[in-house]
Amino acid sequence: MLILVTYDVVTKTAAGRKRLRKVAKECENYGVRVQNSVFECVVDATQFKQLKLRLVNLIDETEDSLRFYQLGNNYKSKVEHIGAKETIEVEDVLIL
Amino acid sequence: MRKLLNTLFITTSNVYLTLKGETVVVSQEEDVLGRIPLHNLEAICTFGYAGASPMLMHACAEKNVSLTFLNAHGKFLARVIGESKGNVVLRKTQYRISDSEIASAKIARNFIFAKVANQKWILERATRDNPLRIDVPAFKQVSERLLEDLKKILACEDLELLRGLEGQAASAYFGLFDQMILQQKEAFYFKTRNRRPPTDNINALLSFIYTLLAKDVSAALETVGLDAYVGFLHRDRPGRASLALDVMEELRGVIADRFVLKVINKKMLDEKDFIRKEDGAVLLTDEGRKKFLQAWQERKQETLTHPFLKEKINWGLVPHAQAMLLARHLRGDLEEYPPFLWK
Repeated sequence: MLILVTYDVVTKTAAGRKRLRKVAKECENYGVRVQNSVFECVVDATQFKQLKLRLVNLIDETEDSLRFYQLGNNYKSKVEHIGAKETIEVEDVLIL
Repeated sequence: MRKLLNTLFITTSNVYLTLKGETVVVSQEEDVLGRIPLHNLEAICTFGYAGASPMLMHACAEKNVSLTFLNAHGKFLARVIGESKGNVVLRKTQYRISDSEIASAKIARNFIFAKVANQKWILERATRDNPLRIDVPAFKQVSERLLEDLKKILACEDLELLRGLEGQAASAYFGLFDQMILQQKEAFYFKTRNRRPPTDNINALLSFIYTLLAKDVSAALETVGLDAYVGFLHRDRPGRASLALDVMEELRGVIADRFVLKVINKKMLDEKDFIRKEDGAVLLTDEGRKKFLQAWQERKQETLTHPFLKEKINWGLVPHAQAMLLARHLRGDLEEYPPFLWK
């Protein structure tokens, strides 16, 4: 299934910037960055649980926020892209 | 059955693959062409002399992602395999059977039986679908001959004899192969099977697809804990994945040959996708190879109901299903190895 992960991490402090980097790095392990703090992850239920747990442990819940959107298995019709930054779809044919 | 994951094909030659976290990063000099999480991948297949970092190789071996290097023409160079996984008892059983000609022949017989049965089916299907465009009596005749061969194969307990029967059946089948090419006849014709190097367009496609299929079958066998290099029909030779070639026999016609015919008959490739070298070798152009791989990848996503397991799977998982059934047979859970008989 496709999970859309978006986050806001407050970067006013050095600790906040560190959290931001960590969150981004963790998301990169699971999916493809589609916009600055937006990731598309094709994962199964277990991997989703793992990802969620790891991210929740990274952020500071009093300041930052995380949102997960579950787009299911038939997500292709639900996503439309307009404009620059063509991204890779991990379930399409991958020839680079 | 597990989920068929994606294959990443690298066809640009000056691209380097690295690992970052748990993601493959594909970079060309300073630019990053893409990042793909490893858990979405089943295999990485590179063409040309692209490299991969040792860390990536490590991760691939650990996570069971098959990483294969082919040269620009699709010739197999190397495959990264990690520590032998699975069951040592299973592998020892495999070696014991391989050492005995008689025991080998019992399993090899099933590979060949399915190969010929599938070839027969391809011919019959051609007769049914295009009776006006092919020489029906010739097809009928060969089909009947193959039926005779099938009976002989079933009773055969000698490896040498089995190879002979296989060869005869194959040459009868390939004798009609040209007639199954229905479109673009001037660019695509089949006289005989030739390789190293292939000297016409069809042979170039056949050689290429057999390489791709062999890579998939090898990976599938390794996944279930078998040794892809120790075969029953194909004898041991350094560097040859004999068992992969064995299991591939039954899949050649029904997966690879039919795919090549489809690509031509549906005009997915044309004359311009090939180049002829001075020495007579025929190669696919970069563009042609991309189109071919794209079609192959889409084909692997199509589903079928497995004739033995009665379960719905992707075509790309057929090698895995067969590897699993072979392992079950070697463990003694199945009386006989059920080959892939497609109807």
